[in-house]
Amino acid sequence: MNWFRVVKSNLSNEYLEQYLEQYLEHTMLQLQYFLILAAALFCIGIYGLVTSRNAIRVLMSIELLLNSVNLNLMAFSNFLDPEGIRGQVFAVFVITIAAAEAAVGLAIVLSIYRNRGTVDMEQFNLLKW
Amino acid sequence: MNLADGVQLVSFIVLSAMMLGGALGVVLLSNIVYSAFLLALVFISMAGLYILLNAAFVAAAQILVYVGAVNVLILFGIMLVNKRQDFSKVSKAWISQASTAAVCLGLFALLSTMVITTPWAISAIAPIGDGAIVAIGKHFFTDFLLPFELVSVLLLMAMVGAIIIARRDLLPNEIAGNEQPALTLPERPRELVSGGQK
Repeated sequence: MNWFRVVKSNLSNEYLEQYLEQYLEHTMLQLQYFLILAAALFCIGIYGLVTSRNAIRVLMSIELLLNSVNLNLMAFSNFLDPEGIRGQVFAVFVITIAAAEAAVGLAIVLSIYRNRGTVDMEQFNLLKW
Repeated sequence: MNLADGVQLVSFIVLSAMMLGGALGVVLLSNIVYSAFLLALVFISMAGLYILLNAAFVAAAQILVYVGAVNVLILFGIMLVNKRQDFSKVSKAWISQASTAAVCLGLFALLSTMVITTPWAISAIAPIGDGAIVAIGKHFFTDFLLPFELVSVLLLMAMVGAIIIARRDLLPNEIAGNEQPALTLPERPRELVSGGQK
């Protein structure tokens, strides 16, 4: 983007200068882009979590949710706290917990499959009044 | 990252398109094996986004843990319950799906308006980039030491718990009652156990 700055310094036209300023601002990656992307991923994950019939797909949707939270943490860490990067530390913790959750969740799914012979979420109604 | 702004923007757009498409495929495709491989695509593009956010260490951890461990575990799980079955139709399923989609779209609209209208206190300090590994290590062993140790205990608990939940019942021969051929595991599936006892 250096040539843009050179062109801008040589120009006297105010409108063009304003336009170039806006262009330079819009080409920068901003915090809002990442946050909106994480929100979209979170909503897709919640939709999959509620509507899936297969228990393993429910586990995958939970992984999507955890990933969107991680993306939020990393974006805040880069834009709001670039010195301390505590967000990255939290993201590492979240990744660890997600791995443990996947292992225990798949063990539970396997155990239910052995007992009930299906992975259909609608059939898992043992605890229903 | 020492990339030009335009390059960063283009790679952000490509990575986010890959990620959103993969996530929609994970949720909407009917074949669950395709869903698992698309989940790997989502994880890899997420690692690319982390690199755009100056976090190379977390990107490497993401690929190692998610693509290397979690996704392979999910594929194993799919192949262990490889029952090709068509789920029985639930009446009025489209009502729950439509209402869930409406709630999710509303949540997305709420979150995006919140993100756009909030004045974020963007810091002007340059990110530390490759020094992030040193900073993370210092955090782990000074002010985040207790969570770090607790996480290692939690991993141990999760490992033991997963083994205990998922293992089959161990039955000696005399209880099972029938002759056991050589070269088989001493454990047997629950169906055989219950069938043998009746």
